[in-house]
Amino acid sequence: MLYREAGQFKTTYEADQAIFPLRQDRIGIAVIAALAFVVVPLTATDFFLTSIMTPFLIFALAAIGLNVLTGYAGQLSLGTGAFMGVGAYSAYKLTSIFPDANIIVVLLASGFFSAAIGVAFGLPSLRIKGLYLAVTTLAAQFFLEWCFIRIPWLYNYNASGAIEISQREMAGIVVTGPAAAPLTQYFIVLCVTVGLTWFVSNLIRGRIGRQWMMIRDMDIAAELIGVRPLTAKLSAFAVSSYLCGVAGAMMVFFWLGAAEPSAFAISLSFQVLFMTILGGLGSLIGSYMGAAFIWILPVALRVVLPSLGFDVAAETVQHLTSMIVGALIIFFLITEPHGLARLWQLTKEKLKVWPFPYG
Amino acid sequence: MNVHVDTAAPAPTRSKGEVLLKIDNVSLYFGGVKAITNISFDIMKGEIRAIIGPNGAGKTSMLNVINGFYHPQVGTITWRGEVRRKMKPFEAASQGIARTFQNVALFKGMTTLDNIMSGRTLAMRRNFLWQLIRFGPALEEEIAHRRRVEEIIDFLEIEHIRKTPVGRLPYGLQKRVELGRALAMEPELLLLDEPMAGMNLEEKEDMSRFIVDVNEQFGTTIALIEHDMGVVMDLSDRVVVLDYGKKIADGAPDEVKSNQDVIDAYLGVAH
Repeated sequence: MLYREAGQFKTTYEADQAIFPLRQDRIGIAVIAALAFVVVPLTATDFFLTSIMTPFLIFALAAIGLNVLTGYAGQLSLGTGAFMGVGAYSAYKLTSIFPDANIIVVLLASGFFSAAIGVAFGLPSLRIKGLYLAVTTLAAQFFLEWCFIRIPWLYNYNASGAIEISQREMAGIVVTGPAAAPLTQYFIVLCVTVGLTWFVSNLIRGRIGRQWMMIRDMDIAAELIGVRPLTAKLSAFAVSSYLCGVAGAMMVFFWLGAAEPSAFAISLSFQVLFMTILGGLGSLIGSYMGAAFIWILPVALRVVLPSLGFDVAAETVQHLTSMIVGALIIFFLITEPHGLARLWQLTKEKLKVWPFPYG
Repeated sequence: MNVHVDTAAPAPTRSKGEVLLKIDNVSLYFGGVKAITNISFDIMKGEIRAIIGPNGAGKTSMLNVINGFYHPQVGTITWRGEVRRKMKPFEAASQGIARTFQNVALFKGMTTLDNIMSGRTLAMRRNFLWQLIRFGPALEEEIAHRRRVEEIIDFLEIEHIRKTPVGRLPYGLQKRVELGRALAMEPELLLLDEPMAGMNLEEKEDMSRFIVDVNEQFGTTIALIEHDMGVVMDLSDRVVVLDYGKKIADGAPDEVKSNQDVIDAYLGVAH
């Protein structure tokens, strides 16, 4: 009864094509924005920010990046971790070459490096599809990881072989390094992620996004309509790697503070892939849901289980968490193979006619 | 299958005597298999041209040659008076050739609206950066094309399924959406590969009406493959008949109908 579209008439195509055409959705998103921008900063503890919110947003951005490629353009990739690494390493190099550059500019610029690398490794997609393409992106993953280890120039010949982020200020506020306040970092990550999500949603609703989906759904028909497979596929690789690169850079600069090459290993690729699949391929809100599910749930369980009075050892909690999350993933994929986003959409459709079974 | 479809009796010929597409001596081989052998025919501007023939006659291969999917080893194709070089399908699309498929080839994950909007791809010009902010010119362009798409939706009477993902639609409607997608390209030549396959009588009547309306209202030249002879004979101005990759007849429906070779090809010859 609350979630009805009755009475909401669209008189312009512009209103009909808005991101949130329904008033209830607009209210919902306003509430979420208020929570993210006001309530969380006012109430959250540092632990909540650094181990839940900031990584959640970073992973959500990476999942959106992979979703552009896999969910919207239909090109399966296992190189997400490496593309995130390219973003992180290029941001690191940029800050060492231009120490005085604005950190946000560096961050956004680093994405272009991973976009370029992504396009290069996307070239095989013009000839091969599906699982075979996944194998070639796997080559990207291993090759780039090898670069992160074997090219000392990338980590400034550090003895540890890791990239460490030094303290950096922006307008007098410490934004990176150990002295930075988690709240500041959260705010930066939030703004970047929300901003980029908005850009992506614009792309997807327009010609470029439609081209991606056309290639995904029926590449032959897409070509006959005038889509150049080269442009469509490579632009998807570029946008996807850009987003992953920025996510990777933020991961090191605003969350971890330092990273070894192993941080960008294949397990990261899989983690992001699971977020994308579980959240729902071809859905932006699903990317957020998937990231929340895979990232927040284990942390929450780790905190909640002991506080419920289960007196268990830390490792047992760890194992238990993995088991519960694993079982839930299977449960959700069986109930709704199209992910949490589809589940959410079905719920909304039910809500529209509630309390009646049919509309 | 000899369903008679009531449509207004076509005028003797709708063509204005100008050749739009000319196929000259075209042969297409796949290894040793001859899909098309030495076929020549032309399509006049403004006419409805049918291509018929038994299964495996090379009809779909012919359409694939016309829109640049296959490149014939022998022969030339002349489009609007110019000999066409070897081209990719998207180039044929940009020259004004649109197409529907024998097995519906819609974008299943997208809504009816998005599917038809996708037909406007080539007409949209705003670059990546404008698209990124979706503001000003980019938004105006999107809305201008949406208006055009809505006209097509009205024309095809599919307003009620505008926001439905096409994967959920029944077959007859999917065929109609596919026609809409081709129309959105505002083609000069529309190729229809069995637009009525698998339809019931009512759906066939609807589709016939749309085909005639497209031809008359938009002046689109149409080349169609169809197995329903009633439809073919009623709709088309001229018919070309293929059998085993060769042309066996070409002419007005009545001539073709009484041609002995055609009758033999369809009914078989007593030995």
